[in-house]
Amino acid sequence: MLVVEQLSKVFGDLTAVESVSLAIPEGQMVGIIGRSGAGKSTLLRMINRLSDPTHGSIVNEGRDITALKGRDLRLWRASCAMIFQQFNLVERMDVLTNVMVGRIAHTGFARSMLKSFTDEDRALAIQALDRLDLVPQALQRAGTLSGGQQQRVAIAKALVQNPRIMLADEPIASLDPANATRVMEALRQINKADGLTVLVNLHTLDTARAYCDRIVAMRAGKVHFDGTPEALTTDRVRAIYGTDTLGDDIDEAVTSTSLSPVSSRQPKQAVGA
Amino acid sequence: MTAISPAVDQFELDYAAARRSALRINTISTFLFVVCFLSAAWIGGFFDMTDVTLANGERVSMWKIWAGLPRLGEYLYKTLPVLHWDTLGADIANWFWRWQVWLELLIETILIAYLATLLGVVGAFLLSFPASRNLAPSAFVLNLTRRYLEIVRTVPELVWALIFVICFGVGPLAGVLAIGLHATGALGKLYSEANENADMRPVQGIKASGGSWFDQIRYGIVPQVVPNIISYTLLRFEINVRASSIIGFVGAGGLGQEIRVAMSLQEYTDLSALFVIIFVTVILIDMISEKVRHQIIGLTGKGV
Repeated sequence: MLVVEQLSKVFGDLTAVESVSLAIPEGQMVGIIGRSGAGKSTLLRMINRLSDPTHGSIVNEGRDITALKGRDLRLWRASCAMIFQQFNLVERMDVLTNVMVGRIAHTGFARSMLKSFTDEDRALAIQALDRLDLVPQALQRAGTLSGGQQQRVAIAKALVQNPRIMLADEPIASLDPANATRVMEALRQINKADGLTVLVNLHTLDTARAYCDRIVAMRAGKVHFDGTPEALTTDRVRAIYGTDTLGDDIDEAVTSTSLSPVSSRQPKQAVGA
Repeated sequence: MTAISPAVDQFELDYAAARRSALRINTISTFLFVVCFLSAAWIGGFFDMTDVTLANGERVSMWKIWAGLPRLGEYLYKTLPVLHWDTLGADIANWFWRWQVWLELLIETILIAYLATLLGVVGAFLLSFPASRNLAPSAFVLNLTRRYLEIVRTVPELVWALIFVICFGVGPLAGVLAIGLHATGALGKLYSEANENADMRPVQGIKASGGSWFDQIRYGIVPQVVPNIISYTLLRFEINVRASSIIGFVGAGGLGQEIRVAMSLQEYTDLSALFVIIFVTVILIDMISEKVRHQIIGLTGKGV
């Protein structure tokens, strides 16, 4: 259980995240939706501790994450793998090494500086790449891969971190529909087969409905909705995105990135909230 | 005709204001520039007058810069060797009469430059990361390394060489340390600027995987800045070859001591011979380093 309590982040005059409280049971797939600037990314970055909260606490399995420092902090980051919209790979380095970076928190200083990873690490990396159909590209430089392939490399890297939680910050926002589907399928498979908790920021509503057990909607830094996809009615969507001025309903097909929105829309069992 | 919206009127006003302020800034900065230029030239002696005797015995006052220019030609003319077509071989042999000594000193010069560049690269590479604003672990470390790099590069090689000749005696050791120290400062600045221009997204990727500060640099920054480092290093090697051919003036090894001797003994043709040697060496190193650079950067795929 990952418990976020009254979490806030203030940048100067701007309150990006304001008193967010969430309890996420293990193995849940949670979609976080909301307008740009609603605080979705900041929330995920605080959970990974890439940025420090201004107030509030994060507790995972009874352990206070907000107080971690040094080596403990780095091990925490490794155990809640993060995937970024822009992939954040080292483009000038080959795919295999990019994936082995996932083992870095468990690698000694000298070995890390010499890029001398153990055979086990290499085997883990190849297994992860195989799972994502990327073994043929293993020795190419990451920058030469397509966006979808790069994002799957990032997922492979996240997998070898052997995480308990996976955080994905708009993982499909820079991808075409076919690649977006592959990436979301990979996340779903990780969630179902490995039992990992997955927190994914999305700005396509139908993707959130299709893949997530639970949807959390944020508006202006606050949680505005927290429940099952079915409970997310059109009125609520309009409230979340603040489209009163548009007058019309939000057409989910407009923002859709899925290939066949109808077939991928499966009813989900409500787990959360 | 539709009515013009108030937004357009507002734009016209803003645009006119922006134009006026740009004109004012341009006028003031042009004026300041001209004043600075003229006063710098005046302090530098560009407008000094001197008396010269003309061919007809008349003495006139004229600007120093005009009076002095012919002397430059006279000096350079004196350094030219006398070469005849029928005795070309013998004349050239006569021109480069001390070639054995000069070759030995040329090798010493290049070795000083090589070793000094090596020392400079190691020092600058290690210090460039704490000296980069985006990577420094704390403001204190940033300022400490930056000030250190500034101090070692502000002091010219020749001054370091003088100090080291007093410490370690006459010879190439003092030269290597002097040029190496100066190169550390100069390269450290360039490397750290390359680091500051690096894309920070890979660094964040490494950090999110639990990488330490060293891991973030090793994997996030180093692969990105390697082509820059190679370019700057090869350029520095060329500069160091020139520097090491001068520091012999103060006894720190290399060809410089021969230049000094030739100048003080007024052996004009020796000077031109030494100049030709250094010129050819620098051109060769430039050509080779360009080949090396393209080879390495070509292999890693992406340009700088």
